[in-house]
Amino acid sequence: MSKKKTDVPVLSQSLLADGIYDMWIETDLADSARPGQFLGVYPANKVTLLPRPISICEVDRERHALRLVYRVVGSGTAEFALYQRGDYISVIGALGNGFPLEKAAGKRVCLMGGGIGIPPLLGLSKELSAQQGAGGLSQKLQMPEGATSTLNSKPAALTAPKSITSVLGYRDDDTFLSAEFDSFSGVVIATEDGSVGTKGNVIGAVKENGIEADVIFACGPMPMLRAIKAYAQEKGIKAYLSLEERMACGVGACLGCVCKTTVKDSHSHVNNARICTDGPVFDAEDLDI
Amino acid sequence: MNTQVEIAGVKFKNPVMTASGTFGSGMEYSDFVDLNRLGAVVTKGVANIPWEGNPTPRVAEVYGGMLNAIGLQNPGIDVFIERDLKFLEQYDTKVIVNVCGKSVSDYVDVVERLSDRKVDMLEINVSCPNVKEGAIAFGQNVDALTQITKEIKKHAKHPVIMKLSPNVTSIAEMAKAAEAAGADAISLINTITGMKIDVHRRKFALANKTGGLSGPAIKPVAVRMVYEASHAVNIPVIGMGGIANGDDAIEFIMAGATAVAVGAMNFHNPYATTDVIDGIEKYMKHYGVEDINELRGVV
Repeated sequence: MSKKKTDVPVLSQSLLADGIYDMWIETDLADSARPGQFLGVYPANKVTLLPRPISICEVDRERHALRLVYRVVGSGTAEFALYQRGDYISVIGALGNGFPLEKAAGKRVCLMGGGIGIPPLLGLSKELSAQQGAGGLSQKLQMPEGATSTLNSKPAALTAPKSITSVLGYRDDDTFLSAEFDSFSGVVIATEDGSVGTKGNVIGAVKENGIEADVIFACGPMPMLRAIKAYAQEKGIKAYLSLEERMACGVGACLGCVCKTTVKDSHSHVNNARICTDGPVFDAEDLDI
Repeated sequence: MNTQVEIAGVKFKNPVMTASGTFGSGMEYSDFVDLNRLGAVVTKGVANIPWEGNPTPRVAEVYGGMLNAIGLQNPGIDVFIERDLKFLEQYDTKVIVNVCGKSVSDYVDVVERLSDRKVDMLEINVSCPNVKEGAIAFGQNVDALTQITKEIKKHAKHPVIMKLSPNVTSIAEMAKAAEAAGADAISLINTITGMKIDVHRRKFALANKTGGLSGPAIKPVAVRMVYEASHAVNIPVIGMGGIANGDDAIEFIMAGATAVAVGAMNFHNPYATTDVIDGIEKYMKHYGVEDINELRGVV
């Protein structure tokens, strides 16, 4: 699957919550994009050089569209917030590995998101739930007609998860996207100020609600991911964590966005994996965070 | 129309190369550009053993450019030969291996390991500002530069490019020292040491505190230094620093460069290298330039 940089039309944009924007773009990158992958989005302002890594919130293959939900954090994202339907925006993608959906097969899945780490889990919950809806257990990955692959001569079976629960952590009662998760999974909310759901963090919400899981998919700030790694280890649950870091190239060349790993990384073999290409989703056991 | 240039007997189909550290060994960018079109791929610095590099954050954006303090993370020469050089063999482009080290013997080690390999030139990194030992320590002092250049020339089977640091008082003096010590060519500029402070978090933007500035912000400094260096020596100069398009490349050639390299702009535009090649050809056509070599040092 080759990557490309391309100028694409904005289909819509709206303010979703305080400082958080919801943009749909039309692009054939949607045809192969997977939950957990991200785009590099370039500001038009030429004094800013680097693409901003923004996770894919949702993929609409029929409309060839991708949804990006992002927080305005600097001048680049502030520029993106001004885009309107019909404007063109420059993106590179689709980048990164995405969530390993196959690990959810037949399992009780818990999606754990914090703040701006929540958006990529929406697309993931939608995809996992679609497998259940489509008769899940017997659903097969469609191979293009006549396609042959020595690595994958048989179509891989993608089986549905047994159950899906989303545990979403927010600062306050501005629980953006949470209503949309309702269509695809059970939803439990934690807020720092206690205004909605459990007061505290996502781990607290899991405990308070007695949520049992076999697999965790998570995205959020590093302290949250560390806590999830420790919790998963203690409970013997498999966890897959999506990380972020300051990036430059986004394609694995510059080695700017590495994270410490417990295993040899694929590029330099020095336990410093590239988040942009080896990740952003890692098996928690492989991370030294 | 001729775009071919020659450096130390090596013929390049065009003067456009990749700047070390911004293009890996070409693998990651082969999704975007046909590597066969490039004058040369200059690989990311490789040491005798794997290097971990610096803690993160390693990169930060600044006005018109970026700071990096990667710290030369690399897999070491063994993996590099087996994987990266093998990959590059498939392409009809010249291969220049960038070599880094903490001591003279580290550099020599790598140079010797490459002696029987299919490599066109070596670029010796004595100008990385982001590692504590070696690298820039050799590039900011005439005696140290002279000594390492001589030692490498003694062991190298390939022509040697010394990559110079802009973080010096007189680039002409450093260029002359490299030439006198036997360098076959020089390349410049490496990044300019800089710093960024996040005033909201009251922290350095980079874990390393300082980093190397690159991108369009440094282009005027680079053009000036290429001009000064190329007028100080008779060996070819490879110019780089913020090149984004054909006109930028022509500017460096007019300043005296024989070839140019595209660096940080690969991150902004993954097609930057081939865009620069197209831009050079467009310029030549527009002004009726028959041979790219006619433009060298015309100002």
